[in-house]
Amino acid sequence: MTDSPALALDGVVKRYGRAEVLTGINLAVKSGERLALLGHNGAGKSTLMKLVLGLTALSAGKIAVAGAAPGSAAARQASAYLPEAVSFHRLLTGREQLRLFARLAGETPRAVEPLLERVGLGEAAGRRIGTWSKGMRQRLGLAQVLLGRPQVALLDEPTSGLDPISRHELYAIIDEIAARGTAVVIASHALTEVEAQTDRIAILRQGRLVADSTLAALRARAGLPIRLRLTAQRDDAAEIHAQLGGERVNGTAVELRCRPDEKMDRLARIAALGGLVADVEVTPPSLEDLYRHYSGLDASGEKRR
Amino acid sequence: MIARILAVAAAEFALARRNRWVLMATVIMTRFALALTFAGAAPTGALGVDLLTVSVASMTTLSVYLAPLLALMMAFEAIAGEAERGGLALLLTYPVSRGELLLGKFAAQLAILAFAFAIGFGAAGAAAALAGGAGTESLIALARLIGTSVLLGASFLALGYAVSAIAGSATAAAGLAAGLWLVFVVLYDLGLLGAVVLDDGGTFTRSVFPWLLTVNPADAFRLWNVAAADGVALATGMTGAANALPAWAAPAALLLWPLLALGLARFAFGRVEP
Repeated sequence: MTDSPALALDGVVKRYGRAEVLTGINLAVKSGERLALLGHNGAGKSTLMKLVLGLTALSAGKIAVAGAAPGSAAARQASAYLPEAVSFHRLLTGREQLRLFARLAGETPRAVEPLLERVGLGEAAGRRIGTWSKGMRQRLGLAQVLLGRPQVALLDEPTSGLDPISRHELYAIIDEIAARGTAVVIASHALTEVEAQTDRIAILRQGRLVADSTLAALRARAGLPIRLRLTAQRDDAAEIHAQLGGERVNGTAVELRCRPDEKMDRLARIAALGGLVADVEVTPPSLEDLYRHYSGLDASGEKRR
Repeated sequence: MIARILAVAAAEFALARRNRWVLMATVIMTRFALALTFAGAAPTGALGVDLLTVSVASMTTLSVYLAPLLALMMAFEAIAGEAERGGLALLLTYPVSRGELLLGKFAAQLAILAFAFAIGFGAAGAAAALAGGAGTESLIALARLIGTSVLLGASFLALGYAVSAIAGSATAAAGLAAGLWLVFVVLYDLGLLGAVVLDDGGTFTRSVFPWLLTVNPADAFRLWNVAAADGVALATGMTGAANALPAWAAPAALLLWPLLALGLARFAFGRVEP
């Protein structure tokens, strides 16, 4: 099981009528791996998840969920899903709703209590879901993901509309799911969060997979400039600017850009200036820059080409 | 499989209780049944039957209208509503088949209808028996009324699911359900009546018309209740058509309808992409 990926997509194509929504997607997620699936609206993220879950049929290619065909009883047993706009019955209590899912997943209803505690809903579980906040409903959604120890978990925008604290708690639970050996796929717009919380990043652009690697490898491949921001010692930015070039930001700071392989050389030249420089701040390209790069947007957000 | 059907049914039942559907269906049935029983108390003497018989006859007519209506009102949201809320996609990622989901909802909603019919007709029946007497035959007729009403409700619950799967949205499903009720309960009979009048006692009236009645579950329901009890037939005046058919025709039709409609609903549900 450690050798074969928990989730494998091979040449996956999805067409709706004549429109091709996904084209030749190859992707593999290992047990315990957290993959961020990025792409703007309409890039095909949700369609990809629906294909894996067997909610819509493949046009071509193959998908294996823990070795089983999507939609088969074995695949459904092995997978868990958190829909983007998770919506439960308003009139059921959290406990009743989770019990229904437990029984459908083939677990005993008793499995529900520790899960409710784990996601911090122990107190609220007896109240109707209609009275809950969005964060609580999302936590209930995660609780049902935890049911039955899935091998693959698909989370569609799990933190959208949540406050920072709730998001943090949510990611702690997601880490726990992955730590138990579940392959986790997180579709997201929240780039900065995903940056710290995932092992690998896949970017979809108009139905094609344009990137699939670790953040470091994607950075290296993109070759985006690193930003160095220098703060002058005695408001002497002019002197630094004269020596190193770059861009004057204000009276006291200069910003330089360099390729990743030039970084050490630049830092050596900065160090040689000695007392002129009070501080150096090195900023590698952010995930947002990378995302723009791979998804074909320029810095202003306009489409390239 | 049974465990999953029961799980869906239990949740559905809890929902119907909080929706006040159980209460509403029961109150509606009881009120109408009681009102009809006492409004219909007049012809007992003229026909020479006990009050319960007359009451069952009136309640048969009531049930033809109310059972399909209640069933469709409960059923039309089952699939379209769930899909609209976004809950259907999540449910279908669980190892539960569409057939099991459908049967779970069906079991719960049918139990609610059965409860409402038993209480409503039972209360009116008891009142009639106390006020005007009841015999063995009229008690059997009452039991038959309750049982066949459940079957009629089952047919329309399943038809409601089919409509809910086809419609795509809960609003469209509500419209289709209303249309379905109108066709089966009102227009179909009007059409047949028109044909019988035009035919003026010809072959159509004698050999085709009674069979056409069994094609519609609402008419099959009426026929079964009428054909099985002379007293009820007398009180409803539907003897002619009932006598033209073999005794098994109406019961067979009413037993087949829920199965056919469930099959149709399962087929339509299979084409729904959440």
